[in-house]
Formats: sequence, C-alpha cells, structure tokens
Amino acid sequence: MISDQAARPRPPAFPSNWPARLAWIALAVYAVYAASILDFSWERFVVGLDNAARFIGRMFPPETGASKMALLLKGLYESLEIAIIASAFGILLSLPIGLLAARNLMPAWVTWPTRLFIVLCRSFHQVIIAILFVKAVGFGALAGILALTVASVGFVAKLFAEAIEEISLKQVEAIRATGAPFMNVIVYGVMPQVLTRFVGFATYQLDSNLRNSTMIGIVGAGGIGGTMFAAFQRFDYDFLFTILAAIIALIMVSEALQNQVKKLYQ
Amino acid sequence: MKRIPYGRFEVFRLNTTAAVHREWRRFTPTQRLARFALYFGTVFACVISLRTVQIIPEFLYDAPEQVADLLRRMWPIEWAFYPKGVHEALIETLHIATLGTILAILMALPLGLLAASNITPSAWLNYFAKLMLVSSRSVNSLVWALLFVAMFGPGALAGTMAIAFRSIGFVGKLFGEALEEARPGPVEALKAAGAPRTSIFIKGYWPQVEPAFWAIALFRWDISVRESAVLGLVGAGGIGVALDDAINFFQWERVATVMLAILAVVIAAEILVTRIRARLI
Repeated sequence: MISDQAARPRPPAFPSNWPARLAWIALAVYAVYAASILDFSWERFVVGLDNAARFIGRMFPPETGASKMALLLKGLYESLEIAIIASAFGILLSLPIGLLAARNLMPAWVTWPTRLFIVLCRSFHQVIIAILFVKAVGFGALAGILALTVASVGFVAKLFAEAIEEISLKQVEAIRATGAPFMNVIVYGVMPQVLTRFVGFATYQLDSNLRNSTMIGIVGAGGIGGTMFAAFQRFDYDFLFTILAAIIALIMVSEALQNQVKKLYQ
Repeated sequence: MKRIPYGRFEVFRLNTTAAVHREWRRFTPTQRLARFALYFGTVFACVISLRTVQIIPEFLYDAPEQVADLLRRMWPIEWAFYPKGVHEALIETLHIATLGTILAILMALPLGLLAASNITPSAWLNYFAKLMLVSSRSVNSLVWALLFVAMFGPGALAGTMAIAFRSIGFVGKLFGEALEEARPGPVEALKAAGAPRTSIFIKGYWPQVEPAFWAIALFRWDISVRESAVLGLVGAGGIGVALDDAINFFQWERVATVMLAILAVVIAAEILVTRIRARLI
C-alpha cells in the first residue's frame, strides 16, 4: 500500500502552461511584425533622440512675455468655460436619457433606441465630434461646448443607466404600492439609491471634459488647444512649454478637487 | 413628537420631556458647510461661464442650414474612397493602437511593481513610480503625439509612441493597485519555502493579478483604438491623417466614409473586448 503510493509519480506543483506560452510568443512575434510594418528602426530612434534634445533645448527658457501670458490666460479661461458649461448640460441631459435607457424601469421599445443613441454619442472621439460641430456652428467655443456635451451624454448616461439597473427594486415596489405616480417613484424610489454614484460620475466627467477642452482647440473648437497648436506649428517651442505646463497644472488642480469631492460624498 | 423636514431627511424632535432636546443630523456642520460650498460653487461657476463665454449668435442661427448642407454633402456616402487610402490607414491605426498598448504594458509593468507598496517596501521608490505614472496620465495623447511628431517626424512611429506613453500611466496605476490588493497568504508560503524573488512574483502574485492584468490590457487597448483614430490630426499617422486630408479638401462624402470606417472599427473593438473579457475573467 505504502510502496504503491510512493511509486506513483507526483504531478508537478507548477505544470507548464503551453497554450499561455504560445500566446505570449505569438504576441511577441506580432509586436516585431507590427514594428516592421510601421517602419520602426534604430536609426530613426537615434535621430529622434537627437531631435528631442534640440526640441527640449528650444523650450528653455519658457516664454513669459506679457502679451503671450494674456493669450494663455484667455485660452485657459475659455477652456474652463467650455468644460463647465458642457458638463452642466451633459449631466442634466444624462439624467432623463439614462433613466430611459434603464432596462429594469422602461419597456424594451424605449430602451433600445435610447441605448443606440448613447452608443453613437460615445463611439467617436471628442475631437471628431468637435470637427462636425465646427462645420455646423463655426469656429469657437460653441462648437466645443456642443461636442463635449454630446461626449458627456455618451459617458454619464451609460453609467447612470447601469447604476439604475443595479438598484434594489424593493423600494421602488414599496413606493409603487402606495399608488404614487411615476415621477414620485423616480424621485423617492430610484434617485436616493443612485444619487451618490451620480455625483461620482459627474465629477469624473467634469475632469474628463476639462482635459478634453484643452485639446479640441486643435480643430478650431475653442479653448487653449488652438493657441497650443498654433505655437507648435510656428515652432514657438518656448511658448508651447509654458502652455503645456499651464495645462498640466490645471489638470492636477482639477484632479485634487475631484478627490476632495469624492471624500465629501463617500 | 414634532416632525421637522430637513433636506431629504426628516428629524424627529421629542417634545415630551423638556430635558431631551436632541436633534439628529446626518452630517457634521463642517460636512454640511462643505456640501453647501460645493453646490454654491457649482452654480456660481455655471452662471459665470454662461455669462462670459463668447458665442457668436449669428453662427447659431445659421446652424440648421449648415447641418443640412453638411448632411447633403455627406450623402450618398462614396464607398469608392474606401480602397483608396482609407483601408490602409485603418489597418495602420489598428497596428498603432495594438503595438502602442504592448509597449505601454512593457514599460508599465516595472513601474507598477515599483508603485505597489507591498512589493517595493521603499516609500521613495513608490513615490517616484507614482510620480512617473501621474505625469504620463496628465498629458493628453494628442499632446504626446505633438511631442513625438517633433521628435520622430510625422508618421506612425510618433503615433505609436504617443499611445504608449499615454497608456503607461493608466496601465501602471491600475496594475499597481491590483498588486496591492493581492492576498499575502500564497506569497508568505512561497517565502517560507525559500523561493527566490522572481518565483515569488511569478507563482505568488501573478496568478492573483492575472485576471485584472488582462482586463486592464483589454480596456486600454479599446481606449487606444479610439484615441489612435484622432492622432493623425496632428500628423501622427493612422486614419486621422485620411480624415484630416478629407476635411482640408472639404470632401465631406469622403469624411463620411472615414467616419463610418472609424465607427465600425470602434464598435468591433468594443464587441471583441467584451467577448474576450467574458471568456477570460
């Protein structure tokens, strides 16, 4: 009996996982293949490092002239306005749209078109939506506001609908049982359960809009992005450095603020 | 008993005995003040922004006409453009997104290890790694693309590097957090058996964080596909270049083709990611 057990070979504690290894090898082969297709080479990399040194050299000292600083502040202020207005409208619109997309509250013929609309809002990058709005309403902040509003709806409405789908239906049932009209069911049965999460989505979206409002200017939709892209194209690298530093500072402040709000609503 | 409405909640004040005059409140005064400040600040910011933002009303009146014009010029969609330049650009975009994500993962893994305080017990190294990750995330991929276009010249190389550098922060942060949440039990068992550090990582931590790792990688790849579609607007290769050309020539039917191609790829990527996630995790 004992010798029988000893004779049986023990399976290795950590058997080798060949499918996983093959997958890793395939990934490595793909990486090499893609790199060759995209024309990666050591020479280009070395030349690039050389260019980078020159590029960084031209960034210093950063531009701090009064007229350029005024331009910078104007652009940043416009970006901030775009982000705030777009978030406000986007979040307000997301409330009813998210509600219409929640499958546990609405019939299928309402949720499907709404969900399709949300997917469409979310599919395109903000900058591409901004291009279309620049054509529709011309250059300037309005195009940016509309583009970011659409993008906000795509994001917040989706998460809001998912949050509503996760609520406990007991409270909704209880309020329905009192004979409350539909709006009261929403206000007293649904909203208290999702409001905290909604605040989280909203602050996240404000942060995201602020990041993007500094970029959409590249296609002419207002904000600091236009100034930044112009500085880049004119090889004004010292001013570019100032703009980038300002944008990064703005985003870091916004991130800190977002953390504070999150703490407040824990 | 007196019912006093208080916000969304009601407070019951007992009047039966004079001694008990207690009012229950959900939040401390500081919290209430902070929330009030937040609401006030939000409304204030919205009002100020709406009042000072510069909008040219003539453009707004003109909008329906312009939209009608846009749609008229986009329709019918000219599919003949697809084989001429759009297809290759689309494939290039996919390569940029995938290779960029792979490069990002390669660079983010060591940073994630350094950022996890249970693996790297040095607070300084943790702080350093987190700083690197935050700076990677704070710069938008379009800005990274601008920087790399200045370095490597226009083309897919700049786009790939932009995707990679933007993704490092995202992947590294989430991977580090997943590592910090790993249970110490298996790790201690391996330590007790005298396993070397690499074995501890491969057999102790990796099996615990592997699902999270793949989820992060797939999620990031999905985002990268979306982002790589616009990098071409600043000259960093991919389908954005085709889009930029079409817009600059005001060939709106070609713009429509490119946009539909982007839409198809983005939706296909999302479906693929959802499928793989459901099977892997």
